[in-house]
Amino acid sequence: MDTRLVNEFRSIVGDAGLVAGAEQLRTYECDGLTLFRVAPDLVLLPSSAQETQAIVKICHRERIPFVARGSGTGLSGGALPIKGGVVISLTRMNRILEIDVPNARVVVEPGVTNAAITAAVSAHGYFYAPDPASQVVCTVGGNVAENSGGVHCFKYGVTTTYIMGLEVVLSDGSLVRLGGKNMDRPGYDAVGAFVGSEGNFGIATKITLRIIKKPETTQTLMAAFNSISEAGSAVSSVIASGMLPAGLEIMDRLALQAVEAAVHPNYPNCQALLLVELDGSTREVELLMEKVGPICKSCGAWEIRLAKTEAERMAVWKGRKAAFASVGRISPNYLVQDGVIPRTALPRVLGEVERLSTEAGMRVANVFHAGDGNLHPLVLYDRRIEGQEQRAMTLAEDILRLCVEAGGSITGEHGIGEEKKHFMPVMFSEADLNAMQRLRSAFDPYQLCNPTKMFPGTDATFQGPIAYEPHPIEKAGLAQRY
Amino acid sequence: MSEARTQVDQAWTGLNAIVGRENLRTASTADAVDGIQPSGVIAPGTAQEVAQVLRYCDSAGLAVIPRGGGTKLWLGNRPQKADFVVSTERLNRVIEHAWGDMTVTVEAGCTIENLQRALKQHGQRLAADPMQPEGATVGGLLATAESGTLRIRYGAIRDLVLGVEVALPDGSVVKAGGKVVKNVAGYDLTKLIIGSLGTLGVITRAVFRLHPIPAAVATYSTLLPTAAEASRLVLAILDSHLVYTGLQIRAQRADQMAVDVRFEGIPESLQDQFVKLSQVAGVQPSESTDEVWMARQKLFTLANSSVISKCSVLPAQIGSLCDAVFRQAGLAGVTATLVAQGNGIAEVRLDASAPQPLMGVLHALREELDRLEGTMIVEQCPVSMKEELDVWGPLQDALPLMQRIKQKFDPARTLNPGRFVGAI
Repeated sequence: MDTRLVNEFRSIVGDAGLVAGAEQLRTYECDGLTLFRVAPDLVLLPSSAQETQAIVKICHRERIPFVARGSGTGLSGGALPIKGGVVISLTRMNRILEIDVPNARVVVEPGVTNAAITAAVSAHGYFYAPDPASQVVCTVGGNVAENSGGVHCFKYGVTTTYIMGLEVVLSDGSLVRLGGKNMDRPGYDAVGAFVGSEGNFGIATKITLRIIKKPETTQTLMAAFNSISEAGSAVSSVIASGMLPAGLEIMDRLALQAVEAAVHPNYPNCQALLLVELDGSTREVELLMEKVGPICKSCGAWEIRLAKTEAERMAVWKGRKAAFASVGRISPNYLVQDGVIPRTALPRVLGEVERLSTEAGMRVANVFHAGDGNLHPLVLYDRRIEGQEQRAMTLAEDILRLCVEAGGSITGEHGIGEEKKHFMPVMFSEADLNAMQRLRSAFDPYQLCNPTKMFPGTDATFQGPIAYEPHPIEKAGLAQRY
Repeated sequence: MSEARTQVDQAWTGLNAIVGRENLRTASTADAVDGIQPSGVIAPGTAQEVAQVLRYCDSAGLAVIPRGGGTKLWLGNRPQKADFVVSTERLNRVIEHAWGDMTVTVEAGCTIENLQRALKQHGQRLAADPMQPEGATVGGLLATAESGTLRIRYGAIRDLVLGVEVALPDGSVVKAGGKVVKNVAGYDLTKLIIGSLGTLGVITRAVFRLHPIPAAVATYSTLLPTAAEASRLVLAILDSHLVYTGLQIRAQRADQMAVDVRFEGIPESLQDQFVKLSQVAGVQPSESTDEVWMARQKLFTLANSSVISKCSVLPAQIGSLCDAVFRQAGLAGVTATLVAQGNGIAEVRLDASAPQPLMGVLHALREELDRLEGTMIVEQCPVSMKEELDVWGPLQDALPLMQRIKQKFDPARTLNPGRFVGAI
């Protein structure tokens, strides 16, 4: 990048807010999806909305595309830099600005982590409900961009349910306030449109969100089954009985193997494990939980364990929350997908997934949010073996096609980003995509906000997966790669 | 004959060709919106027909008023123009109740009552209670984003919609969202359409997430002598572990505030909640009937000189809002009735024998709401008042963005011209 321009940016953010060195830039070359890597030309870390505006005004003037980034934990490549563009990291804007417990409102800068919000209000008996597994690291700004979910969405909803207002820097550098603290402000629901727009509409520099009261009691029941379909029918029966569980998770044999090797949660040795979490008033939880065990047993559960205390519950969830990371114990590489299907299609689709993976000669570990039909098939492979990565990607895409055919979605939580943009026509017609482009052009007529993501035909930079190159020490047999 | 008149006359032929003669009729005074009389009423039979009708009107420069049950046509500014009403009356089917997945796909012209009746067959419901369910339609509920008494537990209507199908003025039919609860593919156009008052497109169908019909319901009420005490009780309930599904304040005078609380669930659980509520309230509340939850709807009866406004504040400000309403009304000799939900959304009705004192109270209330950083939307009022007052209230700096959004979806301003914020 032109030195003059770099200096102009430097004059806004200072030396501490600018990353220009080649090695340092590489730390921003991908997000949680390491398959795609592009080193940005420059990374800027503003500490205020004003600095953010000043940066964007330069980008607007010079027509430089920019990618906003939180903690870079995203799984669809949404924060993948653009060649010739800049990355604007919001991690320095990490202050909690206001906590208003009686009105259940918190105002934060986008770089605040998801878990930090709950931590800040926990003493008052409140929490911030959307809880992605990466919550200790991921930022609320990122959650807003992706409309992040989590384990408790089935009962509590996703990020967009809790965002009341935003202050946004648009691609011309102007600042707009959308929504506010109170509900139902007049006008279009621009806040609702912004949440989940994956950085295509602007940069949120202030977020007003809603917290909720922690339930009086939470209990988690674990049930061991001999098959996924039995676990699935238990889920359907629990829901059909009129209960609204706070969480419903299923893990299959392969996922359980991985998790046991990594974090030793001491789960029963079964084909499918179901976690049912109920929360609410103590009396109601106790009464309803008495019914869950028998329902599971009637569907074939051969072991039931009930976790009542916080410590017991933490132990039960430890395994589920570590699921993705754990597969590293049983496979050198993995791809995770994020398809959604109607719950009633679960047994059929999972059967199909098994058939497809057998045909492809690949292993797929399954973890899913059974209540809302959000699957996370973990396609296991070894990229050192020729062709495996490509076969893994093909299998992952076939699974997504299955989801669409079953009446679902290609992404429940992780977003479209870079990874699935070419898949959009599988789910949406040209008229649908056209309508989305119209909305985007109302927010960003200059196409500067993360422009290469979300829609097909916007490839600028991706050359292909990086081939693995062993380090000399490894070649010399002096070190091993896990 | 004026050019506009000729255009309308020619339109009859063109529109006949799309929907058929029997689905196009001359409008009567009953079809007027804020005293503006359209020429005709069109009733398309499919989403594609709706889109074709919109495209036809769009290219002919004709203004369209989308209409479901016509229960909320008084909302918004006066239309700048109204040539044809496009009615969803023929799009009234429940397409699919996927009860195992707890979702339903339903056409926009289906009434809320008919929808709930169909869902009841499998013990499910749409967890929303809009006014006049026997007349209000799915499309209208979404277009106005009405907020009812169940919202405080189950979320706004936007949180219950999984997807919509919309006919646009360019003749296309687009789908946004889908049929599943978790879905972040693409932009959330569903949220944009909800509450847009038919100014971006005409909703033709929607997919909702459903909830089980509760085994039992109980409502308890208690009377407090001041707004401050009523507010204190509401805040205490909000901060408690009570699992209420309704929480509201009803008042016709400053010294008599009724606080209503609703619980749903299994009977043993309701009993437990009643005991806990009594502890929080410091008194044993009396049991009430479901009627109290109709209080919002009862405000909206026809009357010449009444004004109904939707005020939105934060929960801790409800007390101040109540005080302001009764103080300003009292000063002006105006009668006030208030129904506020625990989430800060209040319907305020003002009655007077003449419009003049009403305007004074409205201005004073708007100032008060500005001070509280809340909002006030004048929903129902005498048409003449609409000339003197911006029913939506000020929009800060978001208006240019909203104007651009309108321009992208309805550049010719075919749909409801002038009725929405900033006279979009």
